[in-house]
Amino acid sequence: MRPFVFASLLAVALVAPSFADDAEVTITLKDHQFDPSEVPVPAGVKLKLLVKNDQTVTAEFESNSLHREKIVEPGSTIIVYVGPLDPGSYEFFDDFHNSTRGHLIAK
Amino acid sequence: MLPTAIIVFREVLEAALIIGIVMAASRGASRRGLWVSGGIAAGVFGACLVALFAEAIAAAAEGMGQELFDAGILFAAVGMLGWHNVWMSSHGRELAASAMKLGTDVRSGARPLWALAFVVALAVLREGSEIVLFLYGIALGGNGEPVAMAIGGIVGLALGVVAGTAIYWGLVAIPMRLLFRVTSWLVLLLAAGLASQGAAFLMQADLLPPLGSNLWDTSWLLSDQSLVGRVLHTLIGYTAQPAGIQLVFYVATLLMIGGLMRLVGTSDRRRTSSSGRSVVSPAE
Repeated sequence: MRPFVFASLLAVALVAPSFADDAEVTITLKDHQFDPSEVPVPAGVKLKLLVKNDQTVTAEFESNSLHREKIVEPGSTIIVYVGPLDPGSYEFFDDFHNSTRGHLIAK
Repeated sequence: MLPTAIIVFREVLEAALIIGIVMAASRGASRRGLWVSGGIAAGVFGACLVALFAEAIAAAAEGMGQELFDAGILFAAVGMLGWHNVWMSSHGRELAASAMKLGTDVRSGARPLWALAFVVALAVLREGSEIVLFLYGIALGGNGEPVAMAIGGIVGLALGVVAGTAIYWGLVAIPMRLLFRVTSWLVLLLAAGLASQGAAFLMQADLLPPLGSNLWDTSWLLSDQSLVGRVLHTLIGYTAQPAGIQLVFYVATLLMIGGLMRLVGTSDRRRTSSSGRSVVSPAE
């Protein structure tokens, strides 16, 4: 019984953050630009990024410093959880269109 | 044309390197070509299916379907690579001996080539589905000239095949008695790198804590975006800014597979101690 309780608590602890009231930010891809491309976000809290692809081509939202890579199909929106972040600048880009870049600025 | 070629090349590269290593690791096994090409064909078919259902996959698990799917594929590949390496530690000596004598192994029926074929299929499926989605997006957009896109795709594919062939020829230049030792090390590092990638996807899905989001940053030395960085990313799991959990999975995979290889390798050595020096176990 005990191990089961512990495992459930652990599972809840690991999964729970995604259901908390996360700060939500929407980033839209249009004409191979991120809008906004400089995204001010609060440091130290969990963030829910909504990345919307308003293009007719597929994109891949990627960031090396945030360890994120996720396909965004034309016309669709993906959810990317990040953080809690230390203050600083975190670059992200479209891996299918390398010059399309932006930053999260955590303060 | 050029951007298409570059992106297709990048995606093909990872699968091609894995196929090159698998071909070298299975050198001397009969019908390995059939297994590997079967793996490629299954992978291409799977890639089209995945691309077709991409939206459903992405929407699954409360928007975390892509992450779970990628992680699942990566860990399945890690399991297969581990299984092959452990099996080779226990049987590789006889295989190497017979391969040196006859140029073929007589016991290939028992050898888990299916595990390697599965790894090939998974690699092709993962990278291939991204290519399909990418090209399909361009084709649908109608803003790229179809001929230029097709040429770009073919050039990218050809360059990837060249890279895979290069690593294969590089490896088979190694004398047979050392080849299995080298390839099992490569397979071990490959498995550890894939496990670290899998951990990153589970972290992205919020199922694993990062345990330190950036342990170090060597992007000034070798960027993840550079060609060398990408090749090393596939081969040994290089990441310029690794998270703690990735390192944990990397080391744990090395220890687990390496430990099992050593374990079965030692008992094998006891059984066949008369047949001379060890050819496979890198865990020594």
